Amino acid sequence: MTSEEKLLEARPTIIQSEKGGTSIPQPEADQGRLARTLVTAAAPAGFFVLFMAGWYLVSYVIMTPRRRFLMPPPHEIIAEGFGKSDNLIQILTGLWQTTRVAFLGLVIAIAIGLVLATLMSQARWIENSVYPYAVVLQTVPIIALVPLIGLWFDYNFQARVIVSVIISLFPIITNTLFGLRSADSSHHDLFTLHGATRMTRLRKLMIPGSVPAMFTGFRISAGLSVIGAIVSDFFFRQGAPGIGRLLDIYRLNIQMEMLYVAIFWSSMLGVVMFWGFGMAGNLLTRKWHDASLAGG
Amino acid sequence: MADTRHDAVDTSAPVLQFRGVTKVFPDGTHALSDITFDVRRGEFVSIVGPSGCGKSTILRIASGLLPASRGDVNLADDNIGYVFQDATLLPWRTVRKNVELFGELHKVDKEELTRIAQDAIDLVGLTDFEDHHPRRLSGGMKMRVSLARSLTLNPGLFLFDEPFGALDEITRERLNEELLNLFLSENFGAVFITHSLYEAVYLSTRVIAMSPRPGRLIQEFEVPFKYPRRPELRFEPEFAELTGRVSAALRGGSQ
Ligand SMILES: Nc1ncnc2c1ncn2[C@@H]1O[C@H](COP(=O)(O)OP(=O)(O)OP(=O)(O)O)[C@@H](O)[C@H]1O
Ligand SMILES: [Mg+2]
Repeated sequence: MTSEEKLLEARPTIIQSEKGGTSIPQPEADQGRLARTLVTAAAPAGFFVLFMAGWYLVSYVIMTPRRRFLMPPPHEIIAEGFGKSDNLIQILTGLWQTTRVAFLGLVIAIAIGLVLATLMSQARWIENSVYPYAVVLQTVPIIALVPLIGLWFDYNFQARVIVSVIISLFPIITNTLFGLRSADSSHHDLFTLHGATRMTRLRKLMIPGSVPAMFTGFRISAGLSVIGAIVSDFFFRQGAPGIGRLLDIYRLNIQMEMLYVAIFWSSMLGVVMFWGFGMAGNLLTRKWHDASLAGG
Repeated sequence: MADTRHDAVDTSAPVLQFRGVTKVFPDGTHALSDITFDVRRGEFVSIVGPSGCGKSTILRIASGLLPASRGDVNLADDNIGYVFQDATLLPWRTVRKNVELFGELHKVDKEELTRIAQDAIDLVGLTDFEDHHPRRLSGGMKMRVSLARSLTLNPGLFLFDEPFGALDEITRERLNEELLNLFLSENFGAVFITHSLYEAVYLSTRVIAMSPRPGRLIQEFEVPFKYPRRPELRFEPEFAELTGRVSAALRGGSQ
């Protein structure tokens, strides 16, 4: 039986359920999905348990009591970072500061990146004139620029945002440009045959087709913008402290528990940004990428 | 009525005219050599020939996507349907929105377009699949969407580039029936490219055999069978005889 016939056979059910306004009931499929989710959750959970066990082992067995401060056991870190309100407020304030820098930096990078990529997709000469600079921006070790940017912009919020923009711009340009170029030549032929203008082609073919790649770029850049925010903060040592500054302070004061807490929060920030864009991208494109979503 | 159709071929101006068309690509590839043929409304012309002989190039030149190097191409009307082997649907659009695409590009009035698209969807038998995305359709259904999309503009000439080449035998035969029904009801002219001689003979009023590159027309075969054609026609001796002659011409041309 061909897949075509199967679909035709399945037709009455699909129509009924859609007329009823509900998605196709699929108890087995839902169970299967639940089981799969459990399995995919179980592996990282198992690893987490092992990791914690290993940590305690290092803290209590391998480290001598005198050197234990280098790797304090997890419960002490939690007590220090989450149990004491002063510490908690300090770190959350720093986190908020860093989040603002990273987020604003990312938004600006996205705006610039989308515009540049769109222009580059429209003419080779624009691509040829812009691309080398984008590459240079990417290959210059950003750390080397940080002091200069700090000096220019007075080590303030603005300066941090600029570092964040510079460090997160490149993946947005390259991925979006790749996405805009990804439309099949036969699709382009269709648009040519029907006299589509450059603008129509961009709006109805190239931009929608670039969405998956675009979001890949956003996701990568989200992580980078957090790095940019932390690095600039770490180097500037001035202005309202963010996580980067706190990392440095904790290191100098040998507040080892808090150092770990700061690492934890900055990772969480990166992870949340990465996932946020991943989910947004999936939501936008799931209907055309994921055949398994029968409910749609 | 349909029985007399073969005699009812429109003998006025052809919808497509090739006069001594030659194509040499910029890289020096000599793809086509002195191609001359006409297609009228109500004519279904299949082109068969070895891979790389320039069949797709003929369609690309006919549609205006490529210029000819030498010779004349005349189209009675710019409004043509072009159906590729790949259904070329936009994956982010539903069936309905895909079918509406060409109308949108030609700025057809919104309400009018909705109606035309629905008619085309009904005509190819995809009623109730309007809100599906291409991902959830089988290959045969995607090809139907592609057909429906071209039907919305009601073209006088259809160009088919191996539209069913990627489909399994059963689906392909069913779509052959449906295509013939469309041909009889819509009365367009068609140029149809296929690797299957059976498909070519079964569908066509005329079959053109081409030589290997640089592609030349070796021979034209009038297909005498009346429409509507029954699927059993494929197993009749006259059908086998004609298919055999086309096959022999192709073999002769490749020596
Ligand atoms: N843009 C191009 N530049 C150079 N050569 C080309 C170009 N397009 C096609 N050709 C060549 O022209 C010849 C004819 O190509 P065409 O695609 O028309 O063949 P075809 O008969 O459709 O083949 P198939 O049956 O495999 O689809 C081939 O040899 C091909 O390599
Ligand atoms: Mg071809």
